[in-house]
Amino acid sequence: MSGQITILGAGVAGLCMATELVARGYDVRLIDPKGGPGAHGCSWWAGGMLAPDCEGAVAEEPVVRHGRKAAEWWTANGAEITYGGSLVVALGRDRQELDRFARRTDRFDWITRDRLAEFEPDLADRFDRALFMTGESHLNPRPVLLTLRERLKSNGVQVETTGTPTGQVIDCRGLSAADRLSDLRGVKGEMVILRAPDITLSRPVRLLHPRFPLYIVPRGDGVFMLGATQIESGQRTRATVRSVMELLNAAYALHPAFGEAEIMEIGVDARPAFPDNLPRIGRYADGTLYANGLFRHGYLLAPALARMMGDHLDADGNPREKPEFWHENHN
Amino acid sequence: MPTFYGTEIASALMLGTAQYPSPAILADAFRQSNAGIATVSVRREAGGEQAGQDFWRLVSDLNVALLPNTAGCHSVREAVTTAHMARELFNTPWIKLEVIGHADTLQPDPFGLVEAARILTEDGFQVFPYCTEDLVLCDRLVQAGCEVLMPWGAPIGTGLGLNNIYGLRSLRAHFADIPLVVDAGLGLPSQAAHAMELGYDAVLLNTAVAQAGDPATMARAFASAIEAGRAAFTADPMSPRDMAAPSTPVLGKAFL
Repeated sequence: MSGQITILGAGVAGLCMATELVARGYDVRLIDPKGGPGAHGCSWWAGGMLAPDCEGAVAEEPVVRHGRKAAEWWTANGAEITYGGSLVVALGRDRQELDRFARRTDRFDWITRDRLAEFEPDLADRFDRALFMTGESHLNPRPVLLTLRERLKSNGVQVETTGTPTGQVIDCRGLSAADRLSDLRGVKGEMVILRAPDITLSRPVRLLHPRFPLYIVPRGDGVFMLGATQIESGQRTRATVRSVMELLNAAYALHPAFGEAEIMEIGVDARPAFPDNLPRIGRYADGTLYANGLFRHGYLLAPALARMMGDHLDADGNPREKPEFWHENHN
Repeated sequence: MPTFYGTEIASALMLGTAQYPSPAILADAFRQSNAGIATVSVRREAGGEQAGQDFWRLVSDLNVALLPNTAGCHSVREAVTTAHMARELFNTPWIKLEVIGHADTLQPDPFGLVEAARILTEDGFQVFPYCTEDLVLCDRLVQAGCEVLMPWGAPIGTGLGLNNIYGLRSLRAHFADIPLVVDAGLGLPSQAAHAMELGYDAVLLNTAVAQAGDPATMARAFASAIEAGRAAFTADPMSPRDMAAPSTPVLGKAFL
């Protein structure tokens, strides 16, 4: 295919979109006033879990279905993916949370202490059973975003900081697009990055708790990401003591050695979400296309949105069936 | 139907707005529940720049009366500040007053509650206190100006149901003219029906619906149960008795 495309926004949505459309032969420009991925965008602060089955305990079916294909897309596009599954645990008092979680998800094995000791020896004396989510994987968001940017660059697509869009415009600006999408809202998330050399984990671990659910993603070299709060607020800059305390408490409950960890970063941003917490691709009244509303599923669903947009463009904007998540705006 | 501070509400169900999988599912649950009041929590951090207003707009679109709460406040001062913020944000004198006294059980602090209720009532608020089923505490809350009482069924989010039926029944008997709402601890529709059978005016719940696998269906189940419980109370139920009384007369047999 050919045709000029201008993508606005170089977060995970815009970079995946650009990567997919370049691969399909489009002439792509990428504009982001901040010059590319970085601390100004919420995908910089993500956990990077590709955990469709865990998310399925709360999220709707399309998140699981599309999410299961994400790791394959990322691998094909140069991202380093760790295929180790993930674990779900609960403290003794909250055992029934684990049963409930298991009832609402799929593709897991119940494992007991012996098997847990093979997977994650550091957790085996703390938990006597866990769910092992067999099909899940994870990535490290920042290097992955930078990899996409570099690969685009080597394909002749530089992130422009200024410039007038040309050709078909695709708006991937995340929460900044709330100026055009009236029902897009921010859902605040806070996270912490720790260095805890005394703890070894090889895969993401979710700690179920009735008040403070937490996940921990190992980033290598004794570095861990703790995430994440989920607050109905578009506030993007202030992490509160209460939130950070909850995250740290939960980490300490998972393993007391986190008490000795070094706090490297406290991060905060707001995720862009529509009222059903599902993403959309669509068209504004002026013909500009958009992909947005990835909520807490940026790395999980951005590839699917990019593929859907590619299919839509390949059919000259007139596919026989409208893409899933399609939305026509009247402004 | 219950009347709170002179406002009649068309439903005996008050539903919380937290912990749903998405705002769309929240809205669906409200439609199925026919709830008349939505409680909404005010995070203090969100107040300054009204950063939560997108969500609050979604809640306002539910077209039910809004009852802001002071969830998560552990002191009188915190609760009073949050109540003021809520009054500004939602333009209502109603406030569901929570003053938490114990971090683990989220049990109300009765002493702080009475003090905060007095301060807020004097300041023109119409207070809905989240309290225990203690008769003396409830008396003090009424003296402090509360015209509604909201005793717990069980600790928040536990789903344990009505832990002290005797206590709830004696509150009903003692406060015949004050609207009573069972607030917190309900997990199943049958428990809500039981509260209504005791003569309670309404029930307030959140987790039981929001954390159900299918919130909208659970909301509908609660709506039916509440209607059944209310109807049972107004129908003047029979009293339990020890001796069996056959519903079909046993003609031709000697009385024993």
